[in-house]
Amino acid sequence: MKEVKISINNQEVVVPQGTTILEAARKIGINIPTLCYHPDQAIKANCRVCVVEVKGSRKLAASCSTPVWDGMEVVTTSKKVLDAQKGVIELLIASHNQDCLNCQRNGTCELQNLAERFNITKTDMDLDILDIPIDDTNPAIVRDPSKCVKCNRCVEACRNTQGVDILTYSHRSDEYIISTPYNLPLNSTLCTYCGQCSAVCPVGAIVERDDTDKVFDVIADEKKHVIVQVAPAIRVSIGDAFGLSEGEIVTGQMVNALKQLGFDKVFDTNFTADLTIIEEGNELIHRLKNGGTLPMITSCSPGWINYIEGKYDHLLDHLSTCKSPQQMFGALSKSYYAEKTGIDPKNIVTVSVMPCTAKKYEAQRPEFNTEGVRDVDIVLTTRELAKMIKMSGLDFKALPETEFDSPFGIGTGAAVIFGATGGVMEAALRTVYEVVVGKEMPSLDFEPARGLKGIKEAEVDLNGTKIKVAVAHSLSNAKKVMDMIDKGECPYTFIEVMACPGGCIGGGGQPITTTLAAKAKRIESTYKIDKEKLPYRKSHENPAINHLYDEYLKEPLGHKSHELLHTHYHPRNKKVADIKLK
Amino acid sequence: MSKTVSLITENYNKYNPDSIDEYINIGGFTGLKNALNMSSDEVINIAKASKVMGRGGAAYPLGRKWEQARSVPGDNKVVICNADEGEPCTFKDRSMLENDPFRLIEGMAIAGYTVGAQNGYLYIREEYRHLQPKMKNAIKQAKEKGYLGNNILGTDFNYDIHVYSGAGAYVCGEGSALIESIEGKSGRPRIKPPFIKQCGLNQLPTCVNNVETLAIGTALLTHGAEKYLSYGTAECPGTKVISIAGNVNKPGVYEIPFGLTLREIIYDIAGGVPGNKKITLFQLGGASGKIGPPSLLDTPYAYDDLHKVGLVIGSGAILVIDENMSVLEFLKSIQEFFCHESCGKCTPCREGNKQIAHILDRLLAGTQKDTDISTLIRLAKLMSQASFCGLGETAQSALLNAIRYFPEEFGLQ
Repeated sequence: MKEVKISINNQEVVVPQGTTILEAARKIGINIPTLCYHPDQAIKANCRVCVVEVKGSRKLAASCSTPVWDGMEVVTTSKKVLDAQKGVIELLIASHNQDCLNCQRNGTCELQNLAERFNITKTDMDLDILDIPIDDTNPAIVRDPSKCVKCNRCVEACRNTQGVDILTYSHRSDEYIISTPYNLPLNSTLCTYCGQCSAVCPVGAIVERDDTDKVFDVIADEKKHVIVQVAPAIRVSIGDAFGLSEGEIVTGQMVNALKQLGFDKVFDTNFTADLTIIEEGNELIHRLKNGGTLPMITSCSPGWINYIEGKYDHLLDHLSTCKSPQQMFGALSKSYYAEKTGIDPKNIVTVSVMPCTAKKYEAQRPEFNTEGVRDVDIVLTTRELAKMIKMSGLDFKALPETEFDSPFGIGTGAAVIFGATGGVMEAALRTVYEVVVGKEMPSLDFEPARGLKGIKEAEVDLNGTKIKVAVAHSLSNAKKVMDMIDKGECPYTFIEVMACPGGCIGGGGQPITTTLAAKAKRIESTYKIDKEKLPYRKSHENPAINHLYDEYLKEPLGHKSHELLHTHYHPRNKKVADIKLK
Repeated sequence: MSKTVSLITENYNKYNPDSIDEYINIGGFTGLKNALNMSSDEVINIAKASKVMGRGGAAYPLGRKWEQARSVPGDNKVVICNADEGEPCTFKDRSMLENDPFRLIEGMAIAGYTVGAQNGYLYIREEYRHLQPKMKNAIKQAKEKGYLGNNILGTDFNYDIHVYSGAGAYVCGEGSALIESIEGKSGRPRIKPPFIKQCGLNQLPTCVNNVETLAIGTALLTHGAEKYLSYGTAECPGTKVISIAGNVNKPGVYEIPFGLTLREIIYDIAGGVPGNKKITLFQLGGASGKIGPPSLLDTPYAYDDLHKVGLVIGSGAILVIDENMSVLEFLKSIQEFFCHESCGKCTPCREGNKQIAHILDRLLAGTQKDTDISTLIRLAKLMSQASFCGLGETAQSALLNAIRYFPEEFGLQ
């Protein structure tokens, strides 16, 4: 590629043609301020925080959207530039609900950081904030338009990353807002609650519903036996929230923190991830043998379930009937666990820590009840757990490593990799292959399912029967696969779909700094745990799972399993489609 | 003797604008025929020789624009005629659509041939919806007579024209927002690069010309560049169609040679100010144009002369404000316009306009804060330097000139 030489503040830098001023400056340690810019998204150039001087140009140039040219002379430190950048930030602050001390994003707010960086201590501008009510109509996500800075990152996430297209911009001038179709509350739209919007919002305009207080309350209630399950993806991501290096494996510190917070038992969702593999693997074999609906599609990702129920409800038969690992855990916690411990299920509170905002919605679905009590009572995102740990004064980095409790604390490497895109597929194949073929897969590292490519495919030879499988992550890729099925052009037998880009390690409830680079590190750590840290790598080797079947469930797809571990899906109420334009 | 001229508007009231036969009878389509007998380079050379500046507001040289559009590789290109004419007080293009629709079609065909386009799009502002049938009729007749369609006049030049309207947003006069609007999206400007000339409508190379510019194209190819150059001054040759309104006795559309003074235009052509009232200020080029005090009325209406005193031709509008309105009241009305028309996409324009409106309100009420004037100046500069598109960049043109020419209004003696 052709290279060009430019100067920034009289420092020469050589970069490939097509590089933006922003990227070139970062290369030589000049950190131009940004707000609407997000490294994983298309360039928007609408906030104008990143404007700089380009010699010969009348106007200032947005450094995020201006490619460099040979001989370009850029100035980023002049008074003219700093005044303009500061002016833009002041304008944003003047239209921003400065509720900073009561804001969920206090401390992680990019506008707050900019205000600090630009030493904004007073402003001559008029505070003028749009008076639009908060939308807290759903269990997962809260939108506060009074804090919105109109950067359009959420729109980009919803429309382009996810292809869901619920969030959009509407109106003009100072009435310009980020809106939903007909400005309906999210619960009246086909929002999937994937939360990718909340993960990219630079401020507190879109946040997860905060359930931390509920958890503190139940822990304080002595009548309650409070147990917690932690999803596979948390152990490689929560460290980010404490300044550890991206993707650092912190399983032991995390368990220790949960115990110190006062949970009666700390369990691992990996346990029910293994259980999912046993049930789902057998379901696949059953469908293959008995002419069931194929391709079969995984059902662990609640954002994905919401999506297919909303937009492809005529294809619901393709979904595995397995509940997600979270909900399998919930169901067992109020049945098997209750029986074993002799605790009244009404007094067991099951908390989940998930990388996901849609899990909050999933836990509240009406079908997920056992014995009249909710299977999962409260769902925390990674971000919320990090807040609870901070609040409790625990120095996360310094915590000793502690083991999960039994009996739900044992998980295999196959379960850990659920956190990464392709992991469920790989885990399922490790078991299905062995059940059908009678011996271990040639390599347990099923490389075709790994990596960040949007849609991955592979062929597997099951004793002479060759099946094609595919893995899709992010809903925009899921849509492509669903359209193939819709048109009768789908060559796959088994498909893994995860709503979020990268899988759960890139979930909408993950630490705010999640970028593609961070996701890659988390994936690396995930496979490292699988290969190096655990005694078992195949779900059917999990001794606790085998014990569970012997003692309680009896057999995969059996009567008890159907009662506790399987479910059915329903078309979502298409309120949007029913609205008549007046 | 009248100071107006008749070259671009030469056909006004000379034929029934609903009849292509009448247009042909008075020499219509001679320009297109001449163009088709030349190479595109020869047409571009005529445009260059004429020194015509584009009439959309930015005054980009026509010859250079066509040459650049021609040199962009691609066998499927687009010409867009920008008839959005959204600048307040600007209605010269409307008069062309009303009085001489075939000249515009001829100009669009000449532009299409010159740059190598197969399709032309006529984007008519929503408020001119009533002119759509007239233009569609003209296009239909031109197709029937072989001036549009395949193998135009027996050549291998194929060209069709499509009529589009937006929903009335001012920002759609900006080329890339106009293209978004034609594509059915909300009218908001695009990031550049890529530039429209390389990647415009439906990702095709696109050449956007104003109505008047294309009408001049017809004149140039009909009469030659010399005829156009025979008007105006040596430095600024040619003619200009203007629209003048506000506090004048004879508001309307006039064609003038460059070089008349503003005083001649206002008093000799537009009949002066009703009641002989004093002029407070005038504004050239629409709401995004610059304002001037009466002391500049003897400035010649020509690009360089106006530029020297901080004025622009812009859209060709001349708005005259008499003593019944103060400078601040006028600025407030302009501000209301931009507060309504900002698309809201970028921070400086969306928030800056709002803040400036607050300050102007306080100045008018006499309740300003000590810091208001410095904030006002700071915001106006910020908007002009840091906005996403030309709308925000030029929205404070009037205010910045008011600070320059009427400092006493802001307590800046």
